[in-house]
Amino acid sequence: MATPTISLDRTDPYRPPTEHVRLQEDAPISWVQLADGRQMWVLTQHEDVRAMLADRRFSSDRRDPRHPSHQPYMGPDHRPGLIEMDAPDHTRVRRSVVGEFTVQKLAAWRPRIQEIVDASIDDMLAGPAETDLVQALSLPVPSAVIAELLGVPYADHDFFQDNSAEFVRAGATAEERGAAVGRLKAYIAELVQEKTKSPGEDLLSRQILAGTDPEEVVSLGFLLLIAGHETTANMISLSVATLLDRREHLAELRDNPERTVGAVEELLRYFTIAEIGAARLAIEDVEIGGVQIRAGEAVLGLTNTANRDPLVFPEPDELDFTRMARNHLAFGFGPHQCLGQNLARLELEIVLATLLRRIPTLRLAVPFTEIPFKEKGPNYGVYELKVAW
Amino acid sequence: MRITANQDRCVGAGQCVLVDPEAFDQNDADGTVIVLRPNPGTEPEIARAREAVNVCPGRTLALVEES
Repeated sequence: MATPTISLDRTDPYRPPTEHVRLQEDAPISWVQLADGRQMWVLTQHEDVRAMLADRRFSSDRRDPRHPSHQPYMGPDHRPGLIEMDAPDHTRVRRSVVGEFTVQKLAAWRPRIQEIVDASIDDMLAGPAETDLVQALSLPVPSAVIAELLGVPYADHDFFQDNSAEFVRAGATAEERGAAVGRLKAYIAELVQEKTKSPGEDLLSRQILAGTDPEEVVSLGFLLLIAGHETTANMISLSVATLLDRREHLAELRDNPERTVGAVEELLRYFTIAEIGAARLAIEDVEIGGVQIRAGEAVLGLTNTANRDPLVFPEPDELDFTRMARNHLAFGFGPHQCLGQNLARLELEIVLATLLRRIPTLRLAVPFTEIPFKEKGPNYGVYELKVAW
Repeated sequence: MRITANQDRCVGAGQCVLVDPEAFDQNDADGTVIVLRPNPGTEPEIARAREAVNVCPGRTLALVEES
C-alpha cells in the first residue's frame, strides 16, 4: 500500500511530521516534487482535502500509472481491491459488505468486545506488574475481534494472531513480513473453501452465500484483517500513552467516564495515524481552493494537517475531550471512508474505559520521551509501550 | 426544513446515525441511510440535522427549506 510521501520526521510526538506542518503553513496547496522525481499536488487544509476526497472526479483506480499509489505489479490484468476501485464497481462491492458494519449491528458486538478486552486485562493482571501494552492489549484485542467477525475458528486464533503480529512486528524483514502475509492469505483462502462447504454465522460465510466470487471474498477478508488490526492497535497505544503522559486528561476521563466517546473522537483527530495521506488521480479538470487541477495530475491530501486546521478546529493542538468535532478526516472522507470506522470507535471506547476502571494505578514504565514511536509510515503509532501498575 | 437523501450516493458509513440515532438508521442489507425523521422541528434537532449533512462522506444528505 506504499504511497509517495514527504518526509515523516517529526520533532514533537504530539504534532504531525514537521514537513507536513511546514507545507500547511507556507504552501497550503502546492505542486511538490518528491525525492523520486514524481510531482503531485499536495493539499493540507481541511476544506480542500475534504472537497477532493468527496469529489468523484478524483480516481482511486491505481492501475493507471499516473496514480500516485500505482505499483509496477498493477498491470491491466491486476484485479483491484476495494480501496483501488471507482464507482460503479466500488459502490457494488462496498455495499455488499458495509451492511456488516452498520452502527446497529456493531452495537450487538459490544458485549463480546467487552469480554475480549476483559480477558486481555485478566491476563495482564495475572502476570508481572509491568508489561508491554502493545503485546498485552493493543494488538490482541483488534486481532481477536476481526478473527471472530470473519469467522476464524477459535482453534486457529493463535495462528491468526501470531502471523498478524509478525506482519507488523518492529524489525521484521521484508521477507519475514512477506512470508506472514503469504501464510495469512493462504489461510483465508482455505477458510473460504471450508466455509463454501459448510457456511457458518460469520461475515465470510454470508459473502459466500450471497454469491460473491470466492477470490473477491478472500481479497475482502485479507483487507479487513490488515486494515482493522494494526491501525486500531496504534490508536489504542497512542491513546493510552497520551493519557499516562498527560495525567490531567487521565483524571478528567476517570472523573467523567461519559466523556470517553468524545475522548475517542478527539484522539482520532489528534493523531490521524494515516501519515501518508490519501492519494488520488484527477480524471477531469477540477478547481480546488482556487487552484486548477488538470486531468491526469496526481493529488495527495494530507489528512493529518487537515485535522489541525485552525479554521475548523480552534486551538487545534489542544487536546479537548469536549470538542465533539465529528468532521475530522481521521478515517478519510468520500466514498472510500473507512469501512470499519465504527468498529474501531467501539473498540477504542471499550478499551479506554475498561483499562482506566480496572487498572487505576496504570503508569508509564519509561519516560514518555523514550517511547519508540513509529515514524516511518504508513501509520503512526508506537512499537512498544512499557507500562506498570 | 426537510432532510433529503440521495440514496445513490450513500456509502453506508453511518455517520448520520452517530450524530442522531433518532433521526437516522441504516438499511441492514447494504448499510444505506434510512431517514427516520425527515422534518426536524426543534432547534437541537435542526442543529443535529445540519451536523449530519456536514459529516456525510457521500454527500448524500441535504437539508432543504420547505416553501
